[in-house]
Amino acid sequence: MVANLLANYEEAFAIVLFGIGFTMLLFQRNLFKKLIGLNIMDTGTFLFLASMGYIRGRKAPIVVDGVTDPKAYINPVPAGLVLTGIVVSVSVTAIMLALTVRLYRRYHTLQLDEIYEMSKHLTEDR
Amino acid sequence: MSLITNFPLFTIVLSLFSGVLCTMLSGKTARRYTVSYECGLIVLVSFVLYYTIRTGTSFTYVMGEFPAPWGNEIRAGILESLMALIFLIVMLCSVLGGARFIDLDIDVSKVNLYYTLINLMTAAIMAILWTNDIFTGYVFLEILTLTSCGILIVREIGRTTLAAIRYMILNLLGSGLFLLGVVLLYDITGNLLMVSMHKTIEAISGQGGNLVAITMALGVLTIGLSIKSGLFPFHFWMPDTYGYATPTSGSVLSSLVSKCYILLLFKIYYRVIGIDLFERLPIEDILLVLGMCGIVLGSVSALHAEHINRMIAFSSAAQIGYIFMGIGIGGTAGYTAALFHILAHSVTKSLLFLTTPRLSEASGNSLLFKKLQGSGLRDPNTGFFFGAAAFSMIGIPIFAGFASKLLFASAAVGCGSTWKLIAIMVVLAVSSVLNALYFIRTLIRIFSEGEDRRRTTVKHGALFHISMSTLIAVNLALGLFSWVFTSLIERGLAMFG
Amino acid sequence: MNKSRFLSWLYGETDVMEDILELDETSDESREQLKREKRRLRRELLRSGRAKKVIGAETKGFYALYHVVAVVSCIMLIGVLLFAVANLPRYGEENPETTEMVARYVEKGVEETGADNIVAGMILDYRAFDTLGESHVLFTALICVTILLRLDRKNMRKTYEDYYAIRGERFHDISREAIMRNVAAVLVPCIFVFGIYVLLNGQNGPGGGFSGGAVMGAAMIIFSAAFGFDKADRVFSKRLGAWVTFAALSFYSAAKGYVFFTGANHLENHIPKGTPGAILSGGLILPLDIAVGMVVAFTMYGFYNLFMRGK
Repeated sequence: MVANLLANYEEAFAIVLFGIGFTMLLFQRNLFKKLIGLNIMDTGTFLFLASMGYIRGRKAPIVVDGVTDPKAYINPVPAGLVLTGIVVSVSVTAIMLALTVRLYRRYHTLQLDEIYEMSKHLTEDR
Repeated sequence: MSLITNFPLFTIVLSLFSGVLCTMLSGKTARRYTVSYECGLIVLVSFVLYYTIRTGTSFTYVMGEFPAPWGNEIRAGILESLMALIFLIVMLCSVLGGARFIDLDIDVSKVNLYYTLINLMTAAIMAILWTNDIFTGYVFLEILTLTSCGILIVREIGRTTLAAIRYMILNLLGSGLFLLGVVLLYDITGNLLMVSMHKTIEAISGQGGNLVAITMALGVLTIGLSIKSGLFPFHFWMPDTYGYATPTSGSVLSSLVSKCYILLLFKIYYRVIGIDLFERLPIEDILLVLGMCGIVLGSVSALHAEHINRMIAFSSAAQIGYIFMGIGIGGTAGYTAALFHILAHSVTKSLLFLTTPRLSEASGNSLLFKKLQGSGLRDPNTGFFFGAAAFSMIGIPIFAGFASKLLFASAAVGCGSTWKLIAIMVVLAVSSVLNALYFIRTLIRIFSEGEDRRRTTVKHGALFHISMSTLIAVNLALGLFSWVFTSLIERGLAMFG
Repeated sequence: MNKSRFLSWLYGETDVMEDILELDETSDESREQLKREKRRLRRELLRSGRAKKVIGAETKGFYALYHVVAVVSCIMLIGVLLFAVANLPRYGEENPETTEMVARYVEKGVEETGADNIVAGMILDYRAFDTLGESHVLFTALICVTILLRLDRKNMRKTYEDYYAIRGERFHDISREAIMRNVAAVLVPCIFVFGIYVLLNGQNGPGGGFSGGAVMGAAMIIFSAAFGFDKADRVFSKRLGAWVTFAALSFYSAAKGYVFFTGANHLENHIPKGTPGAILSGGLILPLDIAVGMVVAFTMYGFYNLFMRGK
């Protein structure tokens, strides 16, 4: 297994990044740190995709001088998937930031557990 | 090729366009447009259902001039069309039944944005139902996630913002895992089209190849989608999310959105992995156990809830448990039961979420049980609709809830393992008792005389009555003619893989 | 930095950069007001016994456990996923399963889509349905942010100055700074031209609607930041943004709907492909790129406006 992992080192790093981001998103109590975790997680996935499509010694999939041999270029599909993933990540980050702004305006804190406790005991929220 | 085969494409593209169009309309026009558009969609989808039943096969539709592994593809069969039809009816009735609360809860300048989100959500639901390509599934899954967050926060009180952030965080975890699972599957199979993926996976498993990576990818996909749909132990976001949203949103979120995630997961099991291989993997048993835990714990939490909407939301958690239990039982009978329960539950739960705010309106705008004393008498129409839905949830014969419980029991009998049978029967019995306990308690509460004996002064519009009656009619149809629907689902399953 | 302060920052309890990195000087009065508000909220919170669990000092043990759980679960997740990665095809080598799908994109891509950039041809022609959904994801995000941040009856802040005043900060108007204005006067046209270049060359080289649109959106944001919202409103008004987004997305849906319809029914498609390599090539790819670019640019600008002043 270790030999396989060393051969797949870039994917392995991407997975480690994904795991770190995932845990940050799940366990951090500060909303901004959660958001950073979200972005690390997404970046990990994109790195995974990019390394998956990479083939040693080949070029980016843009046809130059009419060469249309599949052996000349790397896999173009992951590039398209990454593009979609980035757009989704940007959209989600914008929404999360907007939600954070709204919560901060109301509770004056970014600590999620404090916000929960406040909302439980504040009369206006019930 | 018949013109009808184009209709699934129209449902998606026109819904996307309607969403964009609604931003340019005023709130009232947007509502009228959305309602009439949804009616049109129901007609389109009925044609598709009729066509698939008549031809007896499912049809694939190539999106563009390029054939399938290269281009995108959608596929419609009896099962997908049936689901789409019932979902659209529920969607239309939710929009009509909650229209008054949309005007009350949402700022005037944002009402048209609400209908925009509803239309985009319709597009996403349709696309997830029809799609034959796993990456298209991911893209529209994200639209579904974002629109559901949008229709939740549109009621601007502190609680919904808080619920939305929790909902978003969990959904993002789910989406992240789902995307990773899709990517892993792409790396293993080299395809994104479900049918081609299945061929490669079959070849790998046929040669006795290494199934570890496939199992891992499937596990990641399952965890991701079960977080999103609220399977135990990920059900804790439900009460806040469903309980404080505007009624239409609560109804749509609980009865359609979470079901869509389950259907996508089911599609991956059935079409990508293949049901033979899936039944050999341990995932099924894990789903069975988690589903049963969800049923019992959801019902117990519902018993403790002090707030009627929270009770209904916890009962949703239990119903999600039922659906996963059906998938866990396995076999055609188990899947039929699960799919039938998806229909039965979406019809019933939307009715509950649409009636409770009117009951609370008759009791000084409070959803607390102690304030609801006698509200069914103060507002008899709503009380009647609520009662019918509650009876269906308890499982009184002639309602849909009874038929689905019967299907679960008979699926359990046919599953072959005595231990499984005993466990399922015990869980069904316990959950039925708990269900009956908390719904009958609620019914007694709202139909017994309190101190306040005034009748409500709120007049419900005709549209509210029509939409509620439609939902009850569909519910009764599901209950009385359950054999029609189960045979349709079975035929749909045969052409689903 | 002393250790306990570092740890308390790490756990998110204090903000060490408070009062150091603030751009604006805040009036004492409004800061007092903010503090009073915070104290009121905490008082209400502490009045109930349960709240001690969160804020009190005795929670350290609970959070130590919490961190241990977090780290352990993180390592477990990574371990399980690494186990899957070890079973995947090798990095840097061709994955034999993908060959069939890729071969057609590369071999026939230029001929069938008219675009030299294979990725652009793939996402806007072969797999255009995904991209249609993708641009609507961005649109949905814009709608959600609008719902959250646009000022209305319930979300009352009249103007951005008022909003900052209520938050206890003075609005720091960058547009009064000479450096900002003069640099922007040079930079904005250049960035715009570069954005248009990237946008128009999506079918022939690196670039395309999303990246070009993002660059143009950045130019619009810099313009608005440097010259003030009033001037920016005269050029890119809210109405213009709404109409452009509407037109671009409807054009996108209509064009792709037409292509899907004709393709699936084997009808003739009347869209010329053009010569690969020229600007006017790639059939629908160029117009679609322009539409997507417009949507992205106005969405980015819309985000900026909503976050800055709630409009």
